[in-house]
Amino acid sequence: MPEITYLEAIRQGIWEELDRDSNVVMLGEDIGGYGGAFRVSSGMIDHFGTGRIIETPICESGFTGAAIGLSFMGYRPIVEMQFIDFISCAFSMITNFAAKLRYRWGASVPIVVRGPSGAGVRGGPFHSQSVEMFFAHTPGLKIVVPATAADAKGLIKASIRDPDPVIYLEHKYLYRRIKENVPPGDWTVPIGKAAVRRTGRDLSVITYGAMVHVALEAAGLLEKEDISMEVLDLRTLLPLDRESILATVRHTNKVFVLHEDTRTCGIAGEIAAIINEEAFEDLDGPVLRVTAPDTPVPYSPPLEEFFLPKVSDVVAVARKLVAY
Amino acid sequence: MTNERLLEIYRFLLLNRLFDERLQKLYRQGKVVGGLYASTGQEAISVGSALTLQPGDFIGPMIRNVGSLLVRGVDPKDVIRQYMARATSPTGGRDGNLHFGDITKGIIGPISMLGSQIPVLAGVALGMKLRGRPNVALVYTGDGGMSMGDFHEGMNFAAVMKAPLVVILENNGYAYSTPTTRQMTVSSLADRAPAYGLERITIDGNDVLQVYDTVGAAVAKARAGGGPSMIECMTFRMRGHAEHDDMAYVPKEELEQWRAKDPILRFECVLVERAVADAAECDRIKESIRHQLEADFDSVDTEPFPDGSSCLGGVYA
Ligand SMILES: Cc1ncc(C[n+]2csc(CCOP(=O)(O)OP(=O)(O)O)c2C)c(N)n1
Ligand SMILES: [Mg+2]
Repeated sequence: MPEITYLEAIRQGIWEELDRDSNVVMLGEDIGGYGGAFRVSSGMIDHFGTGRIIETPICESGFTGAAIGLSFMGYRPIVEMQFIDFISCAFSMITNFAAKLRYRWGASVPIVVRGPSGAGVRGGPFHSQSVEMFFAHTPGLKIVVPATAADAKGLIKASIRDPDPVIYLEHKYLYRRIKENVPPGDWTVPIGKAAVRRTGRDLSVITYGAMVHVALEAAGLLEKEDISMEVLDLRTLLPLDRESILATVRHTNKVFVLHEDTRTCGIAGEIAAIINEEAFEDLDGPVLRVTAPDTPVPYSPPLEEFFLPKVSDVVAVARKLVAY
Repeated sequence: MTNERLLEIYRFLLLNRLFDERLQKLYRQGKVVGGLYASTGQEAISVGSALTLQPGDFIGPMIRNVGSLLVRGVDPKDVIRQYMARATSPTGGRDGNLHFGDITKGIIGPISMLGSQIPVLAGVALGMKLRGRPNVALVYTGDGGMSMGDFHEGMNFAAVMKAPLVVILENNGYAYSTPTTRQMTVSSLADRAPAYGLERITIDGNDVLQVYDTVGAAVAKARAGGGPSMIECMTFRMRGHAEHDDMAYVPKEELEQWRAKDPILRFECVLVERAVADAAECDRIKESIRHQLEADFDSVDTEPFPDGSSCLGGVYA
């Protein structure tokens, strides 16, 4: 099995789907000869041509709307946001046009809107955002958040094949920082299924995206203190995998949620509510949260470091919960 | 135009150019936090346009308009502090580059989302009109930014409201890797003007005096209640989109053609022709600006980074 980066996994997944299904097309800025700002589409225009790799003017609302239109013509468009922050410029197209179509008149909108999200690279307030919760409140959308190279590949392929609009949030901090063996062949990772990344018996952390790696590092440190922490990687935020969430609660009886997104109305609140409603009797402690504070993502290194949840924060909360 | 004014223009052009060059060195030293977006080759537009403004006027710069900020009295050290993400920066390190503003100085800092300055500065201009102030708002966009819906909405709004807004369209040939020819089908950005009931105006953006005169006329018209204008300034982005970009997609000949039209070299010829300054005098001015910038960069480098916890607070009043 070849080792590839998270970025290369996304590229390969898209490439394979372009190859497999001639209805798959991609739209975005600078995705032609330049290969996209992060080179996800590197080499694609030469191989697939301008009818498949559609380099657009700078108009997020325009090309997202056009992707919806293309889907009515039988295409399966992948829309690249140069940075995911610019998805806000296409907000109405996604939340009003794409998300509500099937419910209203049964039409399918098989588009994928993807792009680099998240902080940790000194991008400042407009190139570092976690946009998941802008969309998680919109029925009709799906939201996936891969944390590993294999998931990056399996989930992009599943997203492209999905009959409904999917927001695929790739974490730019992981792009070239993780490298993994990714099995060859045509396989997908199902949307809506979480994965236990590490089993544990004393408590569980539920997380996603780049924070999965923070959680795993914390779990390694906690093991030295004889604290066994389970790490559940959500992989999909909408729809949430309630079964896996409840299963880990029932297994360890102590749970906290970790996310890079800001605190108020982050997905942790929703998860705590689900656990409260469906597994209250299984809890031996409160459902705690480790999150970014309720501020924009700041730019200067010490500020961004402070903003982002750290391994030490996770370890501290885990100790507190174990001692509860 | 007086010799003093010509020399003032020259000093700002040089300040803009040398400031960028010093920032590029800082970037290579790894001391710029994040990306660096140069304005090299486009200085005449920022400087020539901002110099037409008066106290009480507002500007809405984009990321390459450092020259406009310097003309409007921003301390170069504040811009350095932004790029170095220091506690002392106008945003306290919360944001970088030209992403800062100061209402008291009439500066509305941009956000990254292209096009969004146009409606906001249209609102500033409308406010001036409603308050009966004899002021104008000057806003900038690149060729690429004009493809955004916000550009159209803001432009149309300003036109309908007859707001005192002057819009500078910087046609520098590219939006990141995408040439203007793939951004739009009209051959001139000014062809958009009639859609808003405005006059088509295209000028040589590398001729600072032409920029100064044309923008000056549009500003005077807006000030007199004549409503908005848009002015296309032909220029070229002489460096990559940002410093990481080797701009392999730009044909070498294109770059060389534009290098020959360098706005600063051309203005030096004007100074010599009009006997305002000779080559030695130009060199002397250059040296003194370089010297001052060196001191500014050194001094900012001794300033502290913010404390991590200062990222909290200040979200609300
Ligand atoms: C809404 C939005 N989409 C994409 C981007 C990413 N982006 C930043 S600058 C740029 C190109 C801008 O080109 P232009 O407006 O011509 O300005 P120039 O860089 O040439 O000065 C792009 C695509 C952005 N900042 N905002
Ligand atoms: Mg441009």
